[in-house]
Amino acid sequence: MSSAPSKLYADDVSLVVVLLDVNPFFWAAGASGGNHPAATLPFSKFLKHVIPFLNSLLLLNQLNRVVLIATGTNSCGYIYDSGSSGSEGNNRVPKVYSEILRNLAEFVENDRKVGRGPERVASSVPSLLSGSLSLALCYIQRVFRSGPIHPQPRILCLQASPDGPEQYVAVMNAIFSAQRSMVPIDSCVVGVYHSAFLQQASYITGGVYLKLPQLDGLCQYLLAIFASGLQSRSFLQLPKPAGVDFRASCFCHKKTIDMGYVCSVCLSIFCKHHRRCSTCG
Amino acid sequence: MRGFLGTPYYVAPEVVAGREYGEKVDIWSAGVILYIMLAGIPPFHGESVAEIFEAVLRGNLRFPARIFACRLVHLHQSRVVARGQFFFPMNQGGGGVARRDGGEPREDEDEDDEEENSDRGLEAWRTDYADERSWEVLQEDESGLLRPIDTKTLVHAQYRRRLLQRSTPAASRIQKGLIRYLYVVIDLSRAASETDYYPSRMVVVAKCVEAFIREFFDQNPLSHIGIVTVKDGVSQCLTELGGSPDSQIKALMGKLECSGDSSLQNALDLAHGYLTQIPSYGHREVLILYSALNTCDPGDIMETVNMCKKAKIRCSVVGLSAEIYICKYLCEETGGLYTVALDESHLKELLLEHAPPPPAIAEYAVANLIKMGFPQRGAEGAIAICSCHKEAKVGGGYTCPRCKARVCDLPMECQICGLTLISSPHLARSYHHLFPVAPFDELSHTLPFRLQQKLPQTCFGCRQSLISHGTKTSPHVCCPKCRQHFCLDCDIYIHESLHNCPGCESRRQQAT
Repeated sequence: MSSAPSKLYADDVSLVVVLLDVNPFFWAAGASGGNHPAATLPFSKFLKHVIPFLNSLLLLNQLNRVVLIATGTNSCGYIYDSGSSGSEGNNRVPKVYSEILRNLAEFVENDRKVGRGPERVASSVPSLLSGSLSLALCYIQRVFRSGPIHPQPRILCLQASPDGPEQYVAVMNAIFSAQRSMVPIDSCVVGVYHSAFLQQASYITGGVYLKLPQLDGLCQYLLAIFASGLQSRSFLQLPKPAGVDFRASCFCHKKTIDMGYVCSVCLSIFCKHHRRCSTCG
Repeated sequence: MRGFLGTPYYVAPEVVAGREYGEKVDIWSAGVILYIMLAGIPPFHGESVAEIFEAVLRGNLRFPARIFACRLVHLHQSRVVARGQFFFPMNQGGGGVARRDGGEPREDEDEDDEEENSDRGLEAWRTDYADERSWEVLQEDESGLLRPIDTKTLVHAQYRRRLLQRSTPAASRIQKGLIRYLYVVIDLSRAASETDYYPSRMVVVAKCVEAFIREFFDQNPLSHIGIVTVKDGVSQCLTELGGSPDSQIKALMGKLECSGDSSLQNALDLAHGYLTQIPSYGHREVLILYSALNTCDPGDIMETVNMCKKAKIRCSVVGLSAEIYICKYLCEETGGLYTVALDESHLKELLLEHAPPPPAIAEYAVANLIKMGFPQRGAEGAIAICSCHKEAKVGGGYTCPRCKARVCDLPMECQICGLTLISSPHLARSYHHLFPVAPFDELSHTLPFRLQQKLPQTCFGCRQSLISHGTKTSPHVCCPKCRQHFCLDCDIYIHESLHNCPGCESRRQQAT
């Protein structure tokens, strides 16, 4: 299929960069049972929903491409790239499965090693969403550079852990960059709370935001909502945003606030009134 | 050498006369060709071959004024280059007339001709040769051969220079004026109808201002722009200070007529009057696009300049014709920038330089903290009474966090409680000015092979291979903080658009 007619490219050929949240703090929290999402949907089950989705993306169109990036708590890294791995032909599907599992295990082990030192007992350490978003955008820029005919890129965030307020500026930078290069950011939140970052990301870039109402149907939701290419979306009834959280987080305590003080010179946000701005001095 | 050979127009007199001749006849022919290149018609003219020969023998060289007078182009912008001349229509034969007289674009051409060649094809020599400087993509290599310039490394080198300029230690701690109130003054005097910019200065300026306004609001989301035009010696406020790019552009495009003289003083007075009313934390700026070479003022312009200086209005001028002392003086006094554009692309570049926030001079900015609200966007189906239109609306809108009233658009002031309402994305758009990504270090590629093997083989950002031609690593960069390696394309993308270092973002900050 190397000499695909260029007409096919005008069709819905997509490059989907999937950001997979592998936050161990979140996925381990389910072990104690209770109401936590990870209790009903442990990580192994979660993967069993995601990998068929990736395979179906690849099968939807021969030219579709999938890139999987893991979002850890100490690092981010590429797990799988359907364009670079030479898995073609009949045994493509099982190969995808084994490759993802192998690389993921390697990544998690590495992520744990990097994060050595005093283990924080905090129940929730946010994942490095800003890092994986930046990686995804760099990769998409490379696809844009590859020539005038390229698949239509989009990003899908499978987010489980809560937002990390300290990543606010970086995540926003990534969102604006995605908006400028017309890359929609879809988000599917598996976690307990809504993600204000991803709500804004999807709203600004024109992607779809969904917080899963029922966890065991993850694969269904993924296939029904996030598998369709950008052109087909105009014909589909996709979930509408149920209200976007436009609150900011303050620079002093990284708290999310809905009213605050803004410095007139540098636009830094503070939750309390200060005599002078601490950012610009 | 003897014998009669040659084309009548180009033949030298000694050949026509039948005398002995040598290589010097070639120089004669070269002269004739040079003349044709300049004038577009042959120098020796006649109705028949005999007449041409007579003109050659007598040296009846012609210099018709209607050709040569209009070819003497005073302004360097519109001077023709040799490349352009090759496209000059030569098919008009000996009686050829210059196809252009003065500055008007021809419209009295045959209709079918017009349709065949689109507006650009007709006057090929006038096409924008500045856009396609074919000679600039070539360079001489060590053996004297012409080779295409490696544009990729060149672009990267240019970008590095820009980046380093921006992040010099002196510039890093300067406060930026992020809430700007800017008046764009557009000179629509007689001089703006000059056609040294194609099709005219006025149209080019309008096009550039449109791009500028969009870029300005992208970079300064909380700022305001107003437009002032000057013509017939009078300044006129085209639009009030406002935050919507589209309404400003629409107003400008509808008002493109020029006449009379331009008046710097009137324009400054008008802008000064409006700018003194804005809140103290705003940065007052005037950006003048000046086409004329003179100013027709009712009083002493120096007083006006002083007034602007006292009111802390930063005045910048982009000239379109030549440097003028009064503009230079104005910019020096008020801390602005004075630049003169060479051509259309240069004009655009100069104008866009004014889009990023200027360094705030300490006393210019009265820093204080303003209370603002960050409202939430309402759900799609929610019905609420809108406080700005006083009617019930379904879906959309924002809810004021203090009084819970619904407003339609951001940023604005809440009608009920007076709180300034903005969305956090508005603010976040300008944060990259405050937290820029540190410039990456360029890696020398002279490392011994064994050391190179230890270095990463692919770009951390896009996974592109950094190895080119077998074992040599291609030039790449390295973040000084996270020590990750990036390819040159990612380097530019990270600093110009993304404003995040993917390497630094992909590791937990140990300090926190």
